[in-house]
Amino acid sequence: MGDHAPILQADSVSLRFGGIRALTEVSFAVRQGEVFSVIGPNGAGKTSMLNIVSGRYRPTEGRILFDGGEITRMRPNRRAAIGIGRTFQNLALFGHMSVLDNIMVGRHHLLRSGFLSGMAWWIGGAQREELAHRREVEEIIDFLGIQHIRKAQAGTLSYGLRKQVELARAVALRPKLLLLDEPMAGMNLEEKEEMARTILDLNEEWGMTIMMIEHDMDVVMDISHRVMVLDFGRKLTEGRPEEVLVHPEVRRAYLGEDDAAPAETVPA
Amino acid sequence: MAVLAPTGDFRTSYRADTTIFPTLGSRAALWAGLAVLCFAPLVLDRYFLGLLINVGTLSIAALGLNILVGFSGQISIGHAAFFGLGAFASAWLHERFGIPVLLCIPIAGVMTAVVGLVFGAPAARLKGLYLAIATLAAQFILEDFFARAQWFTGGVSGRITESPVIGGFAFDREESYFYLVLAFVVVMFVAAANLMRTRDGRALVAVRDHYLSAEIMGINLAYYRTLSFGIASFYAGIGGALYAHHLLFVSVEAFNILFSIQFLGMVIIGGLGSIMGSLMGAAFMVALPEVVQSGADAIAGGALDRMLKIGGNISFLREMAIGAAIILFLIFEPDGLARRWKLIKAYWKLYPYSH
Ligand SMILES: Nc1ncnc2c1ncn2[C@@H]1O[C@H](COP(=O)(O)OP(=O)(O)OP(=O)(O)O)[C@@H](O)[C@H]1O
Ligand SMILES: [Mg+2]
Repeated sequence: MGDHAPILQADSVSLRFGGIRALTEVSFAVRQGEVFSVIGPNGAGKTSMLNIVSGRYRPTEGRILFDGGEITRMRPNRRAAIGIGRTFQNLALFGHMSVLDNIMVGRHHLLRSGFLSGMAWWIGGAQREELAHRREVEEIIDFLGIQHIRKAQAGTLSYGLRKQVELARAVALRPKLLLLDEPMAGMNLEEKEEMARTILDLNEEWGMTIMMIEHDMDVVMDISHRVMVLDFGRKLTEGRPEEVLVHPEVRRAYLGEDDAAPAETVPA
Repeated sequence: MAVLAPTGDFRTSYRADTTIFPTLGSRAALWAGLAVLCFAPLVLDRYFLGLLINVGTLSIAALGLNILVGFSGQISIGHAAFFGLGAFASAWLHERFGIPVLLCIPIAGVMTAVVGLVFGAPAARLKGLYLAIATLAAQFILEDFFARAQWFTGGVSGRITESPVIGGFAFDREESYFYLVLAFVVVMFVAAANLMRTRDGRALVAVRDHYLSAEIMGINLAYYRTLSFGIASFYAGIGGALYAHHLLFVSVEAFNILFSIQFLGMVIIGGLGSIMGSLMGAAFMVALPEVVQSGADAIAGGALDRMLKIGGNISFLREMAIGAAIILFLIFEPDGLARRWKLIKAYWKLYPYSH
């Protein structure tokens, strides 16, 4: 579970946008095989941290190490191949493509056919490759239970379904580390439970390490091995869910209470 | 709308599911259409065959532009210049090096693609209006080059070209050239359809729809933005070369910005992001002046003619008709003829249960 060497390490990472300090000297490590959650109030810098890991932002200071190598300045499109996949807080599907094609884009770095062999479909092996990957994609579709929409245009789907398709697309990359930015935002209780189960399956059965931002404390407490709390761009604390929850600063800053009993029950 | 799918649309293997024309009906219609076209030279007169040949050459170039604009979400207002480059390149290759014309055509395509890649390089950084201006520069630079490079284009007097010959058989009449163009159209359209169902084609669309998440999926944005210029230019070059060896004469003034706008008109009217739409758009653009002409003939000499003083000035009417068509399509049918066609097909598929 969460007792292996770190797969991801942030080393005193700071990020500034002009005068705004989005992150200040944040260090943490995500261990191989764990579900690592990041919580914190709005604007705390959670998404910014994820963007740094996925390569969208470069930290102003500090380093990011992945799988033993430094990736601080690696271009984002190179990170799919080394095993980092992610979903976005605000949906980021390819709206005019079918669900199937969206997920097939996730296979991009695993496919070999270029435009020439693609154009020659029958000759250069493109067809064989497409069909082989199609089979894998169908496995993911079955796993997420979205068979009925595979031909639908992604942009026309409901919010909850789009979230699922985005997850499917990220899973299709076969990442070692899966970054999820509020995977359950806007979902009802039932959908949330379903998503939580899916994330646990990905972690336990598919062997993916998960780094997740989530506001729903029930879910976070339920499925995380460890939790990091950000506040105003700084790391408040980090630890097992039940440890974090009783941290006085966390209760004040994040749960917005002074001395009331923890609203959320801690799972055994 | 009917929710239950009509019969005959169930695919049982992934292979069957990846075909370009998914239903039995659409494939049958395609083969039937091709068969009918094969008989066209036997029944149609030269003039009509010439029009069909024009549709073919233009549709290849329009398809290229559609890959750039429709599928990749970029813009080019210099497409006609690349069409012209292909025309001159093929003619020049044949005359200068004695390469058989049929070989010159693909080589001219590759040459045009290389130039397209160079002019497309700014696309890696520019978007929208800035990119449009950059491609406008390509239009003017190439036009200027055509006017000056006498060795390449023949200068103001233009360049004479020759017909393709295979084993003593010359494609020097409309009847035979038609088959050549048809073969090129089929190959180029199938290649584009294949492209769009494989890795690089999906990458182009992904970059168009959401470039940030495309990048996270491992797609190199600069590479694909530039690549689509290369592919578009390749198609333009092939179309231009076919055009040159059909007309047997290429003039420097032909490939101006108005022509580029017409290409944009074809892809807008045909349907952005639709492969068959490129063909429909080209057909529309070729048919339009014919319709305008017959309209003008009908009113010629009449009171209306005298009032508007149109006389024989059809070119003026033609430009107006093209402009009006583009505007009308943008307003009423922004997804183009391809979508209208789909709706009609859907209507008949469900008939009599539509609505
Ligand atoms: N591209 C940017 N340019 C300028 N400021 C930015 C940019 N991205 C983030 N910020 C700022 O950085 C801070 C942290 O934002 P971030 O999106 O990381 O917060 P968050 O913790 O994900 O919040 P939320 O819970 O609302 O998603 C905010 O003050 C935000 O305005
Ligand atoms: Mg956020």
